[in-house]
Amino acid sequence: MADTSRRFRRPGVGWFELALALLGSLVLLLAVAPLISITLSTPLGDLRDAAADREVVNSIGLTLGAAFLATVFSAAAGIPLAYLLARRRFAGRALLLAVIDLPIVVPHSAAGIALLTVIGRQSLIGRLFGHSLAGTVAGISLAMAFVSLPLLLNGAREAFSAVPPRLEKAARTLGASPARVFFTISLPLAWRGILSGMILMWARGISEFGAVVIIAYHPMVTPVLVFRRFNDFGLVAARSVAVLLILICIALFIVLRVLSRPGTEEPPSA
Amino acid sequence: MLELHGIAKRLGSFGMSGVSLTLGESEYFVLLGPSGVGKTVLVEIIAGLMRPDAGRVLWEGRDITFDHPEKRRFALVYQDHALFPHLTVAQNVAYGLRATGAARETMISRPSAIAEMLGIESIMGRLPATLSGGEQQRVTLARALAIKPRLLLLDEPLSALDTGNRARLQKELRRINKELGIPVFHVTHDPEEAMAVGDRLGVMLDGRIRQIASVEEMFRRPSDPDVARFLGMMNVLPVAAVNGDTCLVRGVEIRVNAPPRCASHVWIRPEEIMVSSQPLHDGDRNQLKGRITEWRHRNPLMSVCVSLTDPRVPEHLELTCLITHASFRKVGIKVGSSVHIAFRKSAVHCF
Repeated sequence: MADTSRRFRRPGVGWFELALALLGSLVLLLAVAPLISITLSTPLGDLRDAAADREVVNSIGLTLGAAFLATVFSAAAGIPLAYLLARRRFAGRALLLAVIDLPIVVPHSAAGIALLTVIGRQSLIGRLFGHSLAGTVAGISLAMAFVSLPLLLNGAREAFSAVPPRLEKAARTLGASPARVFFTISLPLAWRGILSGMILMWARGISEFGAVVIIAYHPMVTPVLVFRRFNDFGLVAARSVAVLLILICIALFIVLRVLSRPGTEEPPSA
Repeated sequence: MLELHGIAKRLGSFGMSGVSLTLGESEYFVLLGPSGVGKTVLVEIIAGLMRPDAGRVLWEGRDITFDHPEKRRFALVYQDHALFPHLTVAQNVAYGLRATGAARETMISRPSAIAEMLGIESIMGRLPATLSGGEQQRVTLARALAIKPRLLLLDEPLSALDTGNRARLQKELRRINKELGIPVFHVTHDPEEAMAVGDRLGVMLDGRIRQIASVEEMFRRPSDPDVARFLGMMNVLPVAAVNGDTCLVRGVEIRVNAPPRCASHVWIRPEEIMVSSQPLHDGDRNQLKGRITEWRHRNPLMSVCVSLTDPRVPEHLELTCLITHASFRKVGIKVGSSVHIAFRKSAVHCF
């Protein structure tokens, strides 16, 4: 205690830093207060009921599954792209980076509508499958992927950028092909960042409402379910489902923070 | 044998051109140049990591300019060691063997033989982050040697090390070159390091190779004043006029052995200048009077700066002399004291 009080009296630490701290706590309150409030105001019994509700359980399963599918498929195709963007300088690279960030600025309901023109019944894909992808799990996954892809691509790109190019060059001169360098050097060194990008994408997919509700009201993902219950039955009915979803997302977030924590890595077994 | 013919490369504001050189069988070649002159670019061109805009790279007479690096077997060692941080020392050393699909016995026997040679057997199970700078550089070297490279490329390999470790590794590098017969192309900005390891040197300034010569030749007869200054040579001075066997340097007539008529600079070798309290009676030598402005330890010699006070010297002229501790004491060097300096014609090199 004596230590802290002394630090506060140090010259240069005065009203200005105090003002910064006060403003900062206001912002933090904005982020945390609703989450704490809703969690505290929901009786445990309601939560238990919600967790036993088949409709809720199904929708949570659907949400997690669809977001997971979106993440896995995007990762398979997106990680190589992220590597290219991190390593190569080519014409149109800046444009490509901007395109990747586009979903962040497009309103998500508008994104849903736009997606519908690509996967709807009249679209090329719709005709190919014989019916619209709207209202299917694939459609939901696509909507989730569309809005959350930047998180994975940027995360993976930054992870690859953090790997010193000299490691890859040294590996090449030791006789390793580019593919071998990628799988034995770049990927193992970047996996933490890639994984946290994937978790972020997954979490963002789970929480997506705007784009998904345009593509599919049914089957019903949890954010849509929360919205419907709120509309049909009011705050109390929606609250317990909302809390359940919030808890899942927070759990994912904690896993993410643990994974992306910089620390000593164990050597892989030879 | 490695041959470079007219290599040119432009990268942003930097550019090099007309780089040609030959690296003989089991020769130790050092390319010297200030930082940012494109030495790393040249190393990467030789390694195949970068393509030149023009010129060719030949190995044993075959054009390999566009061969992939993994096909060349030219191992590259960087200054910042570039060990794979997620692999143990043993895995690092075996990386190249694994990548090239060596036989199982080789994969076991060769790393251990090299580890023994470089004295790193005891750290084979550790991760790079836990090693000291010297150990890391040894491991990098072991990793490079494990593939039995046809050529060893070293990019400022010792710059991050302390003096003791640097001296030990310099010796190690010489030994590897001579005993294993692996030719070495070594790049550095440090003339002392170049002297310590190289058979032959090249000096690169402003994207061009200015001079290629043996170590003795390079430090005895640099080709131009820029090279001399870069090599850290003292007393490089502009020549105003040449008249017979004398050069006019800042108003002082200095007698020189057969100076070329177009000589633009002289270099007076500092270790060949004698400093004494009395004038020398030797008509063969250039003799001048001066006052001591500074002296410094310059292991194993002493460097003494003498500002010329000769009435014949109209302009300011200061010479640096390298003398032994014995003569330093004998002359009784003190800042401000008057001394006589003398040097033979042969101590003066003309450009």
